[in-house]
Amino acid sequence: MNLKKTLTLTLAALALGSSQLVSAQQVTLLNSSYDVAREFYKDINPAFSAWYKKKTGKDVKVDQSHGGSSAQARAVADGLDADVVTFNTVTDLEFLADKGLVAKDWAKKFPSNATPTLSTHIFVVRKGNPKGIKDWDDLVKPGVQVVVVNPKLGGNGRQTYLGAWGYVKKKGGTDAQAADFVAKLFKNAPVLGKGGRDASGIFLQRNVGDVLITFESEVISIVNEFGAGQVEAVYPSISVVAENPVAVVERTVAKKGTAEVAKAYLDFLYTDEAQEIAAKHALRPTSPAVLKKNAATFKPIQLFTVSEVFGSPAEAQKVHFNDGGKFDQIYTVK
Amino acid sequence: MTAFAVPSAVSITSPAVSRRRKARRVLPGFNLTLGYTLFYLSLIVLIPLSALFFKSFTMTWDHFWTAVASPRVLASYRLTFGASLIAALVNLVFGLLVAWVLVRYKFPGKKIVDALVDLPFALPTAVAGISLTALLAGNGWVGQYFEPNGIFGFLGIKLAYNPTGVVIALIFIGLPFVVRTVQPVLEDTEKELEEAATCLGATRWQTFRYVILPSILPALLTGFAMAFARAVGEYGSVIFIAGNMPMISEITPLIIISKLEQYDYAGATAVAVVMLLISFVMLLVINGLQAWQRKRSGA
Repeated sequence: MNLKKTLTLTLAALALGSSQLVSAQQVTLLNSSYDVAREFYKDINPAFSAWYKKKTGKDVKVDQSHGGSSAQARAVADGLDADVVTFNTVTDLEFLADKGLVAKDWAKKFPSNATPTLSTHIFVVRKGNPKGIKDWDDLVKPGVQVVVVNPKLGGNGRQTYLGAWGYVKKKGGTDAQAADFVAKLFKNAPVLGKGGRDASGIFLQRNVGDVLITFESEVISIVNEFGAGQVEAVYPSISVVAENPVAVVERTVAKKGTAEVAKAYLDFLYTDEAQEIAAKHALRPTSPAVLKKNAATFKPIQLFTVSEVFGSPAEAQKVHFNDGGKFDQIYTVK
Repeated sequence: MTAFAVPSAVSITSPAVSRRRKARRVLPGFNLTLGYTLFYLSLIVLIPLSALFFKSFTMTWDHFWTAVASPRVLASYRLTFGASLIAALVNLVFGLLVAWVLVRYKFPGKKIVDALVDLPFALPTAVAGISLTALLAGNGWVGQYFEPNGIFGFLGIKLAYNPTGVVIALIFIGLPFVVRTVQPVLEDTEKELEEAATCLGATRWQTFRYVILPSILPALLTGFAMAFARAVGEYGSVIFIAGNMPMISEITPLIIISKLEQYDYAGATAVAVVMLLISFVMLLVINGLQAWQRKRSGA
């Protein structure tokens, strides 16, 4: 009994002491982000700590929390104390803005619509490109098998859908033609992935399909990893921009008093240093200079934003992906 | 002696009815344990479930109906409950077989086989899903033989990324439920009864049908019900192998996730409530069957 008591007391004292020690010396930020950004932020965080220390003389440590972008948004809404959120879909941030957790005008708080990095959707094909896939048109040909993410389950799939739809529109097609095109594309899908990584696994490890459509950043890492002639990246003529928006979570920073350092963290993402790290992880930098420097990685293709073609990301979500929307109609009417 | 003294002392002051009721209880502490049970069940089961119901009450009837009865959701009920039923039936037959072998025969490595049965209990379901997919996909060890040019290609079925894959995953996770409920009952059945039946001239089938089956049927039904219930709620092992095609291979738990993905909390809750109700009714029916069976067999 005595031993137990002593132990408990010691532990309590230790916990108290260490927590005081930490709070006296170090600020800790929590960055809630999407799944595949894990490696990117693993490189960003120490760079930021060094940068911040040099600038202010203060220590800061950044913890990471990763999951599906929308799942992370729900976690923050339900009480996860993240200081900043760095997502891969605008709708996830708008959800938090609606709940009052981030500023209503979050897009104006940081440069280029609070989007330090971008990505787009391109294709991966098997060695030698046996089906001769060059552009979106080749994906709807009979006999071509396309691996995509289920748009109902992941932002990746929604981007694919919007990219295909926007491609038709950009080439002067009507909505009806676009719907027909997208329907054909999804009819060519033998499997719908649950998320980006799941789709990559289906394509590479299970050997299903002729072409995988996914984020440029994902494609480049796949080619790097499995590369050596196994798969090739194909750049379509036109594709859709995927924004990676960021914001400070007002609820958390007000509680923790970390507003300043949280803002500094997001500011840091726009520095040349961070933009270079982004380029290394195949995320398109928004800094024109850094983008130009890495032109070999980011082949220039014609890009359009979701807002340009669909009005706004929220509008696109409502019209196409909510229950009874265009996607459901395409899939229900056989 | 003192144990008898207490009730008789009480009986002096309390009415006869309560004395009779109390006298039936062999063990003390009924009030405390019942109170604890109710409290614990409320905390762990009833409160979360009622929260689920209350959340769905925030919807209008129209919204609720469109959420739970759209074609895509209906297709998912068919798949989830249909595949679960098939998987539970398969487990009913083959689980009984496994239990039979484990109870009635001795063979080298029996302990290991016995332990293997529990594996689907312990394994993280996602791991099960990924391994099954790796095995059954077109380029997997087993799946390759079911491709059009494989030796089973003439069957024209594929094992992964379609409803067949879903059924296989559900068979996998449901197996231990039947084996582990039937096994102890089978162990308790008296061999003498079977011997007597044989002596009296019963064929093997008659012995099984009239002697063994009645005594293990309640346990079998219980195992079936549990395997079925587990399959209905299964998510992790199925999503990797299902292919997740709307209208074809989406299970209902996936619909719930996809509704959450579009921030439709209420819609997700509505579908969850429907699943809960259907599962509850089915379990009720199976339990009813079991009670009826027990009464009939006089066990």
